[in-house]
Amino acid sequence: MLKTTPLHSRTSALMQANQWRRWAGYCVASSYEMTHDREYYAIRNACVLLDVSPLCKYSIKGADALKFLNRLVTRDVSKISVGGMLYTPWCDSRGKILDDGTIAQLGENEYRLTSAEPNMRWLQDNAVGMQVEIFDVSDKIASMSLQGPRSRELLMTLCNAPLGGVKYYEFVNTKIAGVDVMISRTGYTGDLGFELWVDAAKAEKVWDAVVEAGKAFALQPAGIWALDVARIEAGLIMLDIDYTPANKAMTDGQTSTPIELGLNWAISWKKGNFVGRKALLAEKENGSTIQFVGLEIDHKEFERQHHELGLTVPYPFMAWRAVIPLYVDGSQVGYATSGVWSPTLKKYLAFGHVQPKYAQPGSVVTIDLTVDRYRRPFNAKVTKLPFFNPPRKKDILGEK
Amino acid sequence: MSKTSNNHYDVIVIGGGHNGLVNAAYLGKAGKKVLVLEQRHTVGGATVTEEVYPGFKFLIASYLISLLRPEVIQELELARHGLEIMPLESTFVPLANGNYLADWPDHEATRHEIERHSKRDAEAYDEYARVMKRLAIALRPLLDMIPPDPTSVTAKDLETMARVRGVLNNMTRDDFHLLSRLMTMSAADFLDEWFEGTALKGTKCTSGIIGTFMGPRSPGTGYVLLHHYIGELDGTFRAWGFARGGTGALSQAIASAAREAGVEIKTNSPVAHVNVKNGEATGVTLENGDEYTAGIVVSNADAKRTFLKLIEPKHLPDDFVSDVNRFRIASPACKVNLALDGLPEFTSMPKGKEALLRGSIEIAPSIDYVEQAYDDAKYGGWSRKPFMDALIPSLLDPGMAPPGKHVMSLFVQYASSDLEGGWNEEKKAQFLDIVIDTLAEHAPNLKKILIHKHIMTPWDLERMIGLTSGHIFHGELALQQLFFLRPSPQWSNYRTPIKNMYMCGSSTHPGGCITGAPGRNAALAILEDRP
Ligand SMILES: Cc1cc2nc3c(=O)[nH]c(=O)nc-3n(C[C@H](O)[C@H](O)[C@H](O)COP(=O)(O)OP(=O)(O)OC[C@H]3O[C@@H](n4cnc5c(N)ncnc54)[C@H](O)[C@@H]3O)c2cc1C
Repeated sequence: MLKTTPLHSRTSALMQANQWRRWAGYCVASSYEMTHDREYYAIRNACVLLDVSPLCKYSIKGADALKFLNRLVTRDVSKISVGGMLYTPWCDSRGKILDDGTIAQLGENEYRLTSAEPNMRWLQDNAVGMQVEIFDVSDKIASMSLQGPRSRELLMTLCNAPLGGVKYYEFVNTKIAGVDVMISRTGYTGDLGFELWVDAAKAEKVWDAVVEAGKAFALQPAGIWALDVARIEAGLIMLDIDYTPANKAMTDGQTSTPIELGLNWAISWKKGNFVGRKALLAEKENGSTIQFVGLEIDHKEFERQHHELGLTVPYPFMAWRAVIPLYVDGSQVGYATSGVWSPTLKKYLAFGHVQPKYAQPGSVVTIDLTVDRYRRPFNAKVTKLPFFNPPRKKDILGEK
Repeated sequence: MSKTSNNHYDVIVIGGGHNGLVNAAYLGKAGKKVLVLEQRHTVGGATVTEEVYPGFKFLIASYLISLLRPEVIQELELARHGLEIMPLESTFVPLANGNYLADWPDHEATRHEIERHSKRDAEAYDEYARVMKRLAIALRPLLDMIPPDPTSVTAKDLETMARVRGVLNNMTRDDFHLLSRLMTMSAADFLDEWFEGTALKGTKCTSGIIGTFMGPRSPGTGYVLLHHYIGELDGTFRAWGFARGGTGALSQAIASAAREAGVEIKTNSPVAHVNVKNGEATGVTLENGDEYTAGIVVSNADAKRTFLKLIEPKHLPDDFVSDVNRFRIASPACKVNLALDGLPEFTSMPKGKEALLRGSIEIAPSIDYVEQAYDDAKYGGWSRKPFMDALIPSLLDPGMAPPGKHVMSLFVQYASSDLEGGWNEEKKAQFLDIVIDTLAEHAPNLKKILIHKHIMTPWDLERMIGLTSGHIFHGELALQQLFFLRPSPQWSNYRTPIKNMYMCGSSTHPGGCITGAPGRNAALAILEDRP
């Protein structure tokens, strides 16, 4: 049966449109209102509260915890200290990406890893012979994401933590409504925002406090549809949609490497060996066969063709998740995996995977879109990611 | 009876099992005049539904469908002839400690169930399923191939060998190595490499021993495990389905397709022997003395019955007879059917999850349990605590029992076909009691709701359906008798040492189970020889 999250009593009370979806076997909101518009706009203009409890979470402790993590993931975990976090992918020995998530350093030899898919077995297999204890704490910790330009002000009314000085990818421990909460400056929206990590048994209390305080900040509960728009604007990839994890791929052709996905910046070549390093190094030297890119689809032309036919324009307000071929001169050079109309940028955005020679910003490929039941080619221009990157994402109070 | 043109056919098929019917239907569709001769009062062989107790339809042999080739369903238009297959969605494994293991039709729901036992296994499970699926995809084309003789240099055999190589070339190195290991390993060793949970390994190992007289620790059971993964239902591998009306409904659908193709089917017509003249089959003689002639004779009966009973040895080469003699066919499988006045209540069934009764119910709590069941039987005995794969067909198709009542079908192992002192009615009753006692340990109300019980032991399967030793696959699915070795090295291509005589039953490639593949492949071989 579909599980419910520790916050289900609250989210279900807010649900107006009966639009639920599944996320890792849990039931979460797609959108609380009939459409996700207001929820999306609140991410960019006010603030939203999302239940992200289905994330997998692992506690990693022990004398070799750092050594273990540095062997597991591509980034250098020694670069963070207690109170720090980082985003990182991890790979199998062929350098093929398995999952991506965050690592927070909780204490001297203590870390917490989050992931989209369960990873216990992979973690255990890589910990052989090391002094490290791994616990799956997914069900013990509830997580909610408070995102949007006003999220910081809101939280500051609820706790004494010095949130004004907390940098992007840092966290603090504090109390909200008497409950211990870890607040990290992270999220999946590319905006100013925080994630709250709480004991699952007490999560409702914290949710209630945030919702109550949120009344003064136009807080809106939001679901995955709104998040999906924001994450594309922010240039953030999604497992199963923009890449197939290597342990789920049926063929090699379905796998991706972090380099192909534009995550070169998240690979540390200097930290010593890690799983997949050899293969990734070879790829770095010999070049990749495919490259992840941002695309701006020619929406003007899309509009024009509809108008010419006397039709209204079907804006892709809801993000699509599909594999759609990309062409240059009639031959396929790659494929797109996600796309959406950006209400903030007023552009039709998509994620593509193309042959490296077409991956430079400014190159143009074509994508087939349906106009009045017929597929027609439209230009899509390769664009630097992220599409949207407001200064507030990383700013510090008092620095503005 | 004298030889009149009325008694002459292009093809006579001995036996109306599902493969015989498939074979006849394809040949009928190709324009041949075909006669099927079935010894029993009904067609279907081991694929029948029978009303043994008034109002209750029993699956006296096979019960689920999975490996039926999609081509057979499409080419014979079986849906139009009444075949309806419903997917069997879940598996429920009651455990002795009051706990249970469940497999739901939903990936994440299953993951959550396995996680209750081991988080590690829950993840390994996905990868295991993916690897098995990849091997199944790779091997599937072999099922529809007429096995080549690898030592032969005829154009046809070379071409088929090239196709086999093509199948293997399509696999990644890793998959090929895995396949080679799996083929020679025991199911238990293979599962140990993947999982730690006792219960999960218990239920998974059963795919490796169904119908075979081997335990999960016997080498070779790895292959049987894979064999059962090749089954598919609308593209989903290892999915099992229930035919509305039971497996007999499938045989009836094939028979209907065959009749539509002009095939004549005579029941109550046991064949006494095949008539052979100058090394050529010319027809058959029934036990009542009736004679039929034909240009081609096809046997749906198993290899032992066909070549040791229906044909005089003098017509066959010695080495072939000795191949058939040593063909391994001892069987450990029984089938029990119960008429029930209500539903069994399993003590370990979690509240709110009673939907699990609609799926498979497996009594296989651990590899040790199943191995012990095998040990008890291997020297001519039976399991003191048998392994069972149960199903309540009336929950899927209410037409299987009167309103409010139910039928329960239990596939049970192990009880030796070579029981010490031989089988008799008393021993049947004793083993039936063991089965019911074992099940009642998990569902204590069983005896209270029991209206009627019925068992088919290997002895009954042989006497009634003509399966030598009662073997459900017409001979063990052991490596030494698969593909180009099934049933005999030189005669694995549905042809036989006797001219105009062919085989189309489960003793031929790709072996037992409700697949229709031997029947179809044999028809293709016959049409190659006699277009
Ligand atoms: C207890 C049991 C459970 C099973 N469960 C499953 C299952 O759930 N799923 C699955 O896929 N498979 C299952 N199987 C296996 C499957 O049923 C068989 O492999 C398959 O039905 C064999 O089909 P066949 O046509 O090759 O042979 P058969 O069904 O054996 O047909 C041979 C026919 O020839 C007839 N015959 C024999 N001798 C003569 C003669 N001299 N004259 C005239 N007629 C003759 C017989 O009466 C019979 O009808 C099971 C088998 C058994 C016994």
